[in-house]
Amino acid sequence: MNLDARAPTGPLEKKWDTRRFEMKLITPANKRKYSVIMVGSGLAGAGGAAALAELGYQVSCFCYQDSPRRAHSIAAQGGINAAKNYRNDGDSVWRLFYDTIKGGDFRAREANVYRLAQVSVNIIDQCAALGVPFAREYGGLLDNRSFGGAQVSRTFYARGQTGQQLLLGAYQALERQIGAGQVRMFSRHEMLEVIVVEGTARGIVVRDMVTGAIETHFADAVCLATGGYGNVFYLATYAKGCNATAIWRAYRKGAGFANPCYTQIHPTCIPVTGDHQSKLTLMSESLRNDGRVWVPKQQEDCGRAPRSIAEPDRDYFLERRYPSFGNLAPRDIASRAAKQVCDEGRGVGPGGRGVYLDFAEAIGRLGEDTIRERYGNLFEMYQRITDEDPYQAPMRIYPASHYTMGGLWVDYDLMSTIPGLFVLGEANFSDHGANRLGASALMQGLADGYFVIPYTVGNYLAGVKPGAPGADHPDVQAAVAGVNERLARLLAIKGKRTATSFHRELGRTMWEHCGMGRNRAGLEAALQKIPALREEFWRDLNVSGETGELNQQLELAGRVADFLELGELMCRDALAREESCGGHFREEHQTADGEAKRDDERFCHAAVWEYQGDGKAPLRHTEPLSFENVHLATRSYT
Amino acid sequence: MNLTLHVWRQKDAAAAGRFVTYPASDISPDMSFLEMLDVVNERLILMGGEPIAVDHDCREGICGACGVVINGAPHGPKQRTTTCQLHMRSFKDGDELTLEPWRAAAFPVVKDLVVDRSAFDRIMAAGGFISAPIGSAPDGNALPIRKENADLAMDAAACIGCGACVAACPNASASLFVAAKITHLGMLPQGQPERMERALSMVAQMDAEGFGSCTNHEECEAVCPKGISVAFIARMNADFLRASISEGRREARAAEGAGG
Repeated sequence: MNLDARAPTGPLEKKWDTRRFEMKLITPANKRKYSVIMVGSGLAGAGGAAALAELGYQVSCFCYQDSPRRAHSIAAQGGINAAKNYRNDGDSVWRLFYDTIKGGDFRAREANVYRLAQVSVNIIDQCAALGVPFAREYGGLLDNRSFGGAQVSRTFYARGQTGQQLLLGAYQALERQIGAGQVRMFSRHEMLEVIVVEGTARGIVVRDMVTGAIETHFADAVCLATGGYGNVFYLATYAKGCNATAIWRAYRKGAGFANPCYTQIHPTCIPVTGDHQSKLTLMSESLRNDGRVWVPKQQEDCGRAPRSIAEPDRDYFLERRYPSFGNLAPRDIASRAAKQVCDEGRGVGPGGRGVYLDFAEAIGRLGEDTIRERYGNLFEMYQRITDEDPYQAPMRIYPASHYTMGGLWVDYDLMSTIPGLFVLGEANFSDHGANRLGASALMQGLADGYFVIPYTVGNYLAGVKPGAPGADHPDVQAAVAGVNERLARLLAIKGKRTATSFHRELGRTMWEHCGMGRNRAGLEAALQKIPALREEFWRDLNVSGETGELNQQLELAGRVADFLELGELMCRDALAREESCGGHFREEHQTADGEAKRDDERFCHAAVWEYQGDGKAPLRHTEPLSFENVHLATRSYT
Repeated sequence: MNLTLHVWRQKDAAAAGRFVTYPASDISPDMSFLEMLDVVNERLILMGGEPIAVDHDCREGICGACGVVINGAPHGPKQRTTTCQLHMRSFKDGDELTLEPWRAAAFPVVKDLVVDRSAFDRIMAAGGFISAPIGSAPDGNALPIRKENADLAMDAAACIGCGACVAACPNASASLFVAAKITHLGMLPQGQPERMERALSMVAQMDAEGFGSCTNHEECEAVCPKGISVAFIARMNADFLRASISEGRREARAAEGAGG
């Protein structure tokens, strides 16, 4: 497997300029002869499809939702980072680059991250021009806030709905191209296979989710912008439909899968209330600015009303363990600490999986009105879901799966190991290393879509001849036959368990053994359980209905089948990475005071997995990471 | 809790639909409305029945995918709440709930509670955008915008495109949806160059899709999960009127020019 990133040589600041100058161009008159497929319509997908269409390529865009406007980028709350330095507070492209590399625990590729920081400034300009109603000051200029522990104010936002507004901006740019006939939009279409002809990506097989028809679509390049795989945990802050099928199918066709074990668990989500729970809702982590996190010292007190527990009987465990950062400890650290106290039997609320986030002290200090002004909408959201009044009693929170840093391996041009197959946004592995900083996901999605892919896809296309492979090419026929055979197989089992019940069980296993804390024994147990569960799935699944109709159970079953394979790869990767870094915490590898211990000697690389066939162990390759511009340091928060 | 559901079942767009009654037993008040439907569906599957099709995705009230008419009210009894954010504690033991899809000629039923809202996308493609090709933007602070205007644009831009406004309107009008977009873009300086064309083309597309006219019932605002104001409809009408007049003048001038 060729893992040459093909990043330009020369100084870091010049790499992207150099690359753009090296690129081959296609004349405007010839661009329309080339076609590009974009799968996904979130920030990366809609942005990329619009940008490519504006250049004159023939673009087809696919999404599983009924409209491209619903992609899950829409749910991001907090904001988007950009190195504008509008605050004059010392921000720069270099600082955003450094913060991102360090936040990722030195497991990302320098050249890609620097480019991300560089184009971040163009993103804000572009979004403002498209009509994104960013928050403004009375002087009419753009407002900023600080976020995610950054020492500068570089986060741009649109109330608590930044993702929604950025997505609508990209969606509107996309709709303009649809109206102009430059993009053909296929909503309610799910990609089920990538078509690889003689080693090159040439199209996709999709299912029309309304009629059930299986269709083939061809193009000169294929882009996947299909998001992350955090729904492998079943309970997550992702939309219910988010799935890994597109990237998993590509992996099975030869695309390397990088760092699948890098997942982000967000500390401030509303806890589970019962077995019926279908998803988890995030509460902005800005709440930790004024809320104090605690659990009772004694297990016996866990059932008592929180206000009746005296101060000396409370354990403010973040303040105790991390006195200098306290309740503002980074996401991964705060999440693990909450899990630990719950594992000790000191969790609160249903099932004992929750910790208090208490505003009593802040309300006493600042008054209820100030707290209402700062967090009113979040308190309202909490009350709507839990029916509890956080002004009167502390909130209960618990960590949940929120983002995946791993994904398909891509080179500097965002091309996977399959020529002609590009991967954008959360679906790739490129920029966040082992841990993503707050307000950086939106930045990466739009950077890839608006400003990277339009160049790099063009450069690729300049080297190929336009034209579709024949539908009767054996590689095409094999792809279609494979899809049909699989759908028929899912429907034919007629067993006794629903797809959801398997998904839930997989999620529990993953959460237990490949969640916030991982160890050899647990991972080995999961590697026994998951294949057994997969075997049971293919023996005892029940999918109602038929393929030739709208069939939500069939859609779900296909996605769960892929999660059952992906979950195993995540455990393999977590087992092989004998160190702790960022969101990957191996309990065997920690310092005396319980912090993550990296092993730069042995693991300063991206681990890239190559599929070898069903029932065969995949191969683990590595892309060494060299740090020429930053010094590898140890993160410390005590 | 134990409830009884009367659910609209319709195999596909061409088939006739009908109500079918299902028990929803042992429901926890902590469940969301969609989790209650999950439970009912899981039981249906295991009994060999076909689960109720319903659109949903983010389940946190922002994607706009979900939407069920519950006892006659789009998104159910709670104000400013999407179907996915509605919890069963809003109902009581023994309640009977009638569940229907959005009812509008421009939103044909796809299956059961799922409707086709692609008309909204086509209205957007007709003019719901600012033409600012990627790469062409000036610095974000080059164009200051009054805070009040930016805030008002944001109020309008909060629309999630769920279509409850259409479902609630006796005329099945899409005026609130279209007006929200026309206001969002029309409040911003970037949106001025195309403001008149935008009003004309979006309204024309809304009519072409078969949505009805606004006759000021204001049911749309009452059911809107984001509380989008009907005052935006007045802004749309004003833009449309101004655009129509200037369009008429332009045509007259062109005719004069041709005649002379």
